[in-house]
Formats: sequence, structure tokens, C-alpha cells
Amino acid sequence: MNEQVWVGAGAQVRAPLDQVTQGSCPPIVLEARGLGKQFNTGSRVLEAVDFSARRGERIALVGSNGAGKSTLLRCLVGLLPFGDGTVEILGQRFSEQPNRRQRAALRRRLGFVFQFHGLVGRTSALSNVVNGALGQGYGWRAWSQALAPKQLRADALDALAAVGLSDRALDRTDTLSGGQSQRVAVARALVHRPELVIADEPAASLDPVAGAEVMRVFHGLAEQRGATLVFTTHDLQHALDYSDRVVGLAAGRVVLDSPTVHLRASDLEAIYRD
Amino acid sequence: MTDPLRVPHVVSSHELARWPRLTPVRFTVLVALGAVLIASIGEVAPGPDRLIGALPRMASLLDRMVPPDTDPAFLGRMGLRLLETLQIALVGTVFGVLVSFPLAWLAAKHVSPLNMGRWISRALVSLFRTVPDLVWALFFVSAVGLGAIAGTLTIIVDTAGFCGRFFAEAMEESDPKSREALEAVGARRIDILFASVVPNCMPSFINTSLFALELAVRSSVVLGIVGAGGIGQELKSAFELFQYPKAATIILAIFVIVLLMERLTDWLRQKMG
Repeated sequence: MNEQVWVGAGAQVRAPLDQVTQGSCPPIVLEARGLGKQFNTGSRVLEAVDFSARRGERIALVGSNGAGKSTLLRCLVGLLPFGDGTVEILGQRFSEQPNRRQRAALRRRLGFVFQFHGLVGRTSALSNVVNGALGQGYGWRAWSQALAPKQLRADALDALAAVGLSDRALDRTDTLSGGQSQRVAVARALVHRPELVIADEPAASLDPVAGAEVMRVFHGLAEQRGATLVFTTHDLQHALDYSDRVVGLAAGRVVLDSPTVHLRASDLEAIYRD
Repeated sequence: MTDPLRVPHVVSSHELARWPRLTPVRFTVLVALGAVLIASIGEVAPGPDRLIGALPRMASLLDRMVPPDTDPAFLGRMGLRLLETLQIALVGTVFGVLVSFPLAWLAAKHVSPLNMGRWISRALVSLFRTVPDLVWALFFVSAVGLGAIAGTLTIIVDTAGFCGRFFAEAMEESDPKSREALEAVGARRIDILFASVVPNCMPSFINTSLFALELAVRSSVVLGIVGAGGIGQELKSAFELFQYPKAATIILAIFVIVLLMERLTDWLRQKMG
């Protein structure tokens, strides 16, 4: 295995925020420094995590169950408070948790896809995608497709078409398959054209074919819209196929940070063995 | 060939306790409860001699109730009172549901926009629910006077207490994943309520509201006894004036109305399920 890809070498692909220029090196849109998190039970789930993402980058976070991947993502976007360190994401810098104003500013420019799609089962696919714009200032008009303004409704339908589901727009999401539901969740995350998309194991609850389809659609859309993409996965092939950089976590620490071109599946398997 | 499922036991079955161990605390609680129950039976439960003694009087009362009164003028008056009873139940339930919805939202854990303040709403719902409807009826008769308005206010409060509790429980149990997903896109608590919680809880809301309507019909029948309108007032008059055939007609009418209402709500539940 190529030793250079392990942490330390990973620092070569990162640069401090103040050294970034607008030239050849895209700016950093997400940076965590010394991030630490302890649960109420006393177990430390994240330990001094340094992590960054540049605009347009696609980063796969890998690691075994309990390594801290999902917790890291939730801390980065302010869904979970953390104890130590700071996060700077899309220009919002915070410790512990973003304040109300920062959170609102953040959500306007961020998309999040969960492992279990988190759709509202009793409403239509189109309504669920319209809900994706709830942080954009539409207020009650984004509660349902029936109330949505023309432009938002059209954008939501476009997003559904982009994931190949415009023909199911008015079907209740509890009538869709797992793969279709996750594609609706992708459409919901992308309807407001976020600059940064965070996805927590978007294909984990799906069979291999549906999972690959979701990742293909998801990656394609993010690329087409110029969004930065950070996703966690246990599927090492997905990590290699759909990322520019892979970050590995083990027991709450970053143990790998490397450009994907330097990696083979066997390198990633080592994270799960250690 | 040995059965792979038959593995040696670590303990034999007779070593495993069949019943949970009776701790001193459990034993004390059981004895105390038993003592309270036996003492209460001695105080208020009817003895066999009392029951046997009352049988002839019950038979005589039933005899005087037959045949029920079918005088058209009385039936017409009773029909109007029944209509008023149903109106009290319907209007009281609708307004009660409307009042209970914001109360439930404010009280529901993880859904409410309030932190500590939600206990105020929770306490209000408990107050509405725990005070019996006849007590509320006495309160409203004193406040707004005799008649149907006092009955309607009573049903509103009663329904708000009943639905407030069950709506809040349904909201707390609604799918947390869809709530979190909307929180992640920047939705406010009120957005999450209407975009996720309400659609997810709608079957439960409808069921609870239909039960509340059933309860309201039963309650509104007796509210008249304390002067809060409806058929109960007629029933009270009939008994006070020893007009037992009239009382029998009213009791039969109440039975039919409550039964029809139960059938109607069952049917609606099936249709909307």
C-alpha cells in the first residue's frame, strides 16, 4: 500500500484558509479544525478532527460503523453541537453550534441527503421536493406543492425530472421504491441549487443496483450544478468512483486523507481492518 | 446425526425463576393496595341484601316506564332537544379540536417551538382533561347562564383536554427522520409542523377527533342535568315530575343517537383510514 496517502501526506492537498487565492486553487468552503465531540454517555466520538473541502471538490468519508462519520457530518452542518474546535462552512464560523442567524444563512446554501431518505410519506414526491426550499424564505408557500409559487413548483419539477421521476410527481412517496425515494431525497436536497451538498450514506439502505443508480444521479447532478459534495459511504467502489478525495475515519480520528487517484480498494479496506 | 440447534444448556429449566422475585417494596405496595381495596368495598360497594331489597323497586320503576310516551307534541319537543344536543356536540368538538391543535403543538416534545414553556401548555391540557365535564358545565352555567352555550363551552374544554393530549402524543411520535430532514434544509418549527408532522399524523388526528365526537355526544346528553342545554334537561324534568314513560322515550332516543353516532364514526374511520 502507498504509505504516502496516510495522514500527514493528506496535508499536501489542503492549504490554510488565509493562503488560498482565487487563482488555480479553489477556495475552501468547509473547514473543521480540532473538532471534538463527546456524547452524554461519556464516549468520545470525534477526536481533534481536521477536515476541509474546496469548492467543487467531491469527498468520500469512509470508516467502520461508529467511526464518527455521521456525527462529523451533523456537527459540520450544525445539526449536532460539538465540544472542541471550530467549523467554518460557507463563510459561517462557529464553535459548538451555529447561532440562529448563521444556521439560516447556512441552510440557504446547503443541501443534505440522509441515509434513510426522511421523506414525508403521506405527501407527494413534488411536495417533498418543494419542502427542500423551506429555508429559502418562501414561508408557508413551501409547505406543499399546492401552495408553492409557480417558479418554485417549476424548479421542483425540474429537480424531479433530473432524477428521472417527473412522471411520479403527484404520487405519494410511500408508494415509491427505496431507490426512487432516495432519488426524491436527492431532488429535495438540490432543488435550491446548494453550493455544498452533504450526504450521509445516501445509498446504504438500497440494493446494489438502486444504490449505484442513486450515486450516479447524485454525483452527476452535483457536478452539473457545480456543487461541492461530501458523502459518507461503506461502499468502497462508490468512494473510488464518485470522489476526488477520500478521508478515512477510525475511532473518531482522521487516519487517511488522500486524492482518490492514489488509492485502490485495498488501501481503503485497511481502514476497516485497523 | 446430532441436531445443530440442540446445544448444552448453561442452566437447567428448573433453576430459572418462573416469576419475578417479590421484593420487600413490591410486597408492601401489594399489601397496601389490597388493604385500600378491601376497605373501599366495605364502604361503598352494594351488599347482596341491598341489591335484593332494591330489585322490587327497580321492577316497579321499569313497569311504570312502559309503554314509552309517544305523544306527537312530546316527540316534537324531544326531537328539538336531541337536535340541540347534537349541535352542542358537533360545534363543541370542532372548536375543541381547533383549540387543542395549537395547545398540542406547544406541548409536544421535539416539535414545540418552546423549551421549558411547553410545560405551561401541558399543564393547561391536563387541567382541561382531568376536571370532569359536569364540573366544567357547572362552571360555565354560572359564568354564562343556563342553556346550550354553557354546554358548548363545556364540550370545547373537554375536547381540548382529550385531543390536546392525544394530538401531542401523536406529534411526538411522528417520524423523526422527516423532521430532521426538514430541519436540515432550514425549516422553522412551524414549517416542520405543517410540512411533516401534520401530514404524518393526519390518520391519528382524524381518529382522535372522531373519538372526541363520540365522547362529546355522550357528554352533551347528560350536560342538561346541570342546566347546560340538550336532552338531559328533558330527562331530568321527566324524572323529577315522575313522568316515567317520557323518561323511557328519552332514554331510548339517547340509546339510538349514541349508537348511530358510533356507527357513523366507525364508518368514517374506515373510509379515512
